[in-house]
Amino acid sequence: MTLRALRPVLLMAALLAGLLVLLPRSALLFHALFPSLDRPLYTRASFLDLTLAHIRLVLGATGAAALVGVSAGIFVTREAGRRLLPLLSATAAIGQTFPPVAVLALTVPVLGYGSGATLVALFVYALLPIIANTVTGLEGVERSTLEAADGMGFTPLRRLLQIELPLAAPVILAGIRTSAIINVGTATVGSTVGALSLGSPIIEGLSGSNTAYVVQGAILVATLALLIDRLFALGSDGTPA
Amino acid sequence: MITLAGVSKLYGGRRVVDRLDLALTDGSFNVIVGPSGCGKSTTLRMMNALIPADEGRITVNGRDVRDGDPAILRRGIGYVIQAGGLFPHWSVFDNIATVPRLLGWPKARVAERVAALLAMVGLQADGLARRRPSELSGGQQQRVGVARALAADPPILLMDEPFGALDPVTRHGLQDELKAIHKATGKTIVLVTHDIEEALKLGERIIMLEEGRIAQDGTPAAIVHRPANARVRDFIGGEEAILKLLAGATVAQVMRPVASEAAGASIAPGATLSAALAHMVASGHRTLDVSEADGRRIGRIGFEDLDPGRPA
Amino acid sequence: MLRVRNWVLPVLTGIAMLAVWSLGFLSHAPNRIVPGQPLPLWAVASPAQAVALAILAVGLLATAFLQSGRKTGLVTGSALFATLLLILAAAATGSVALANPDVPAARTSLGPAFWLILAALALAFVDLAQQAGLSTRARLLLAVVVFAPVVGMAMLGWFDALSLAREYRARSDVFAAALQRHVFLVAATALIAASLGVPLGIWATRHPRFRARLFAVLNIVQTVPSIALFGLMIGPLSSLAEAFPWLRTLGIAGIGTAPALIALVCYALLPLVRNTVTGLDAVPAATIDAALGSGMRPGQILLQVSLPLAFPVILAGLRVVIIQTIGLAVVAALIGAGGFGAFVFQGLGQNALDLVLLGVIPTILLALACDTAFSVLAANGEPQR
Repeated sequence: MTLRALRPVLLMAALLAGLLVLLPRSALLFHALFPSLDRPLYTRASFLDLTLAHIRLVLGATGAAALVGVSAGIFVTREAGRRLLPLLSATAAIGQTFPPVAVLALTVPVLGYGSGATLVALFVYALLPIIANTVTGLEGVERSTLEAADGMGFTPLRRLLQIELPLAAPVILAGIRTSAIINVGTATVGSTVGALSLGSPIIEGLSGSNTAYVVQGAILVATLALLIDRLFALGSDGTPA
Repeated sequence: MITLAGVSKLYGGRRVVDRLDLALTDGSFNVIVGPSGCGKSTTLRMMNALIPADEGRITVNGRDVRDGDPAILRRGIGYVIQAGGLFPHWSVFDNIATVPRLLGWPKARVAERVAALLAMVGLQADGLARRRPSELSGGQQQRVGVARALAADPPILLMDEPFGALDPVTRHGLQDELKAIHKATGKTIVLVTHDIEEALKLGERIIMLEEGRIAQDGTPAAIVHRPANARVRDFIGGEEAILKLLAGATVAQVMRPVASEAAGASIAPGATLSAALAHMVASGHRTLDVSEADGRRIGRIGFEDLDPGRPA
Repeated sequence: MLRVRNWVLPVLTGIAMLAVWSLGFLSHAPNRIVPGQPLPLWAVASPAQAVALAILAVGLLATAFLQSGRKTGLVTGSALFATLLLILAAAATGSVALANPDVPAARTSLGPAFWLILAALALAFVDLAQQAGLSTRARLLLAVVVFAPVVGMAMLGWFDALSLAREYRARSDVFAAALQRHVFLVAATALIAASLGVPLGIWATRHPRFRARLFAVLNIVQTVPSIALFGLMIGPLSSLAEAFPWLRTLGIAGIGTAPALIALVCYALLPLVRNTVTGLDAVPAATIDAALGSGMRPGQILLQVSLPLAFPVILAGLRVVIIQTIGLAVVAALIGAGGFGAFVFQGLGQNALDLVLLGVIPTILLALACDTAFSVLAANGEPQR
């Protein structure tokens, strides 16, 4: 991997690190920008803790969804699970019309407030693009390629691991990327159901008319989202999704 | 009349068309032939100003193609490309009506003209006019492409590899029809192809291009009998090219008056000369009677008459 | 010997039965604040309803052994439909029975078992439609048949004793305004984004450098979380409104419609521009060549050939935009743009989960309705064969 390819990632990582170091020391700047506010710097939790909590939510939910979603996608494209393929594809397609924030709001009645409900909501919503893309990717492998593999004596498992998954990988990865980016956003809204995340200063700022809090949270979460997106771009061909 | 005077086209400093001079007479059937990359397509597309020439001057009926509105120029020149280039979202009718509508013809006249053209290219069958191009066979699509080019009755028809995407049987059929259409309408046709067989069969005049320059310019017989250089001879396929030439002419074109005594074997006047040659080899006769289907002898043809370079 | 021919429906039935066994079907609370007491289905349903549901459940389990086919599909569909009607009826009569005029603050909500049965039924219907290979039109008809009795029962006031309906009745005016507001946000966004995005897309296909820059910017916008973008609009817009007070008369302020619309349009641009570019790029070069050769002018080619050919792809982009905007408009309520999101966040703030549902359910239905409408449009756009 060349340094040139790494540059956007390093840039965003440096930006995020810089913000995390400088923001807690920028009380004077925000006093100047928002003279009408008494306390223009969010101090209820450290920005570093908020960022780490946000990353934990996104990473945990997306990772689990990738594991379950890719497995489900593999299962329904095998002989044993093929009966479920139309149902799962249709459900994934219909489910993606549900707004992510609706899924978030729906988990509260079942699981109550807090990070747990947010984590489950992120996981459930992240499943949909991952399943959809896994199925698309695996079904998109040329018939002739599979027949050639069978003809050369590949076992089904070997065929899956060495032929199908590598060929489907770009599409599957694109699905995981979509999920991760949606999750960064939904985790932010998760603060409205009591999750600790970079959404906390934003939500508190919005409800308390403290624009400075909003700006601080928004800048950090936007940088984090771009960093995660650039990381995924490394894994694909480098172009934006 | 189409003239090119010192016409060049440069791509990245390379001359793909190199100071070309050419004068194509009205009503002639001209074929520009050559290997891929010889500049034949570029030359054709400069004639209707789809590509601007970098040097030299091109005139169509005395007018420089750079003068005036290129859209107006193109509406007066028929243009046919490989696979027809039909508009996939329009019906066959709408496709053929393209240029008449651009010219603002009244509805009734457009409908009348489309019907006449469908009949001319053999697509008068019921309901065909309302179909989309994707519902037609490759041959049918190409017929529609030719009909669309002829719609406004332009005096000139430019054709860029029109039969390139078709299977051999369909291609030969359409070549015959194009020859008939040329005979019936007297259009000036310029056809570009890489297929020497097609060139020898269709062209009255063949312009062979090589690296943007004319390697040879003449009748099919002249090209086959007197190739200008070794590369031309290789391209046309050496001495076997004569067989392609024989395939493009008929017995009726070269037969002599009836002789008193019968030759012993006979052939139809519509047969190709290659068929006559085959018949001579198979039957062991150097002379054949030319007979109508009812057995009436109308002429004879000898081995020495087979050379179509000789006038009938 | 009996052979299992179809295991999907029995599994779904099993899940629903498990939910009924272990979770509350309704939940009853003395007031809006305290959490409710879960009530199982058999405690809520009338004996007749319970017996009928039990018979249906056994019947649905038995479909495992049926040969799939048109007749089986019809029978299964009818059984599913009857189950739907019965659980709705059980929820309705159960909530009426629980209502006590002496305790007006008491609340009866739908419990997790109800929602899980509903989800299982939805999956079963989708599976049925997929297995039968129904056309778009037939699916639409099926959806109408399934939804009609629900709407009918609601209009007849069957569910009036449920807390969801009471939340609605307490706010029916506000609800109508929220619906109007939500639809306005979506429609305005789609309209503005289309009138900007399609020309930008056309421009981008002709200017590769502009195209690269445009996509770089739009991709960044799409990556930034919505709430952050909404938040970042507040600062500049409110200082703008402070500097030029006349802007306020136009509704431009830090919070409210203006920043919401601007952010929503920014999000909507990427799918529209991307699909316009993809659609125009997919027009075969030979088709353009033929159009030029026929003597069409560039404007004529764009309007008569390129755009009509790209239209299905642009329409698909508009579909993405509308579905996406319906969801993002919920979040926009956080900066005071109104719409159904106002119910959602108000409900989350007050721990009034039925109020949350009052915002979430219509949002989902709106998204599903728009998605269906686009499916029908796309199906009709296919050339007839």
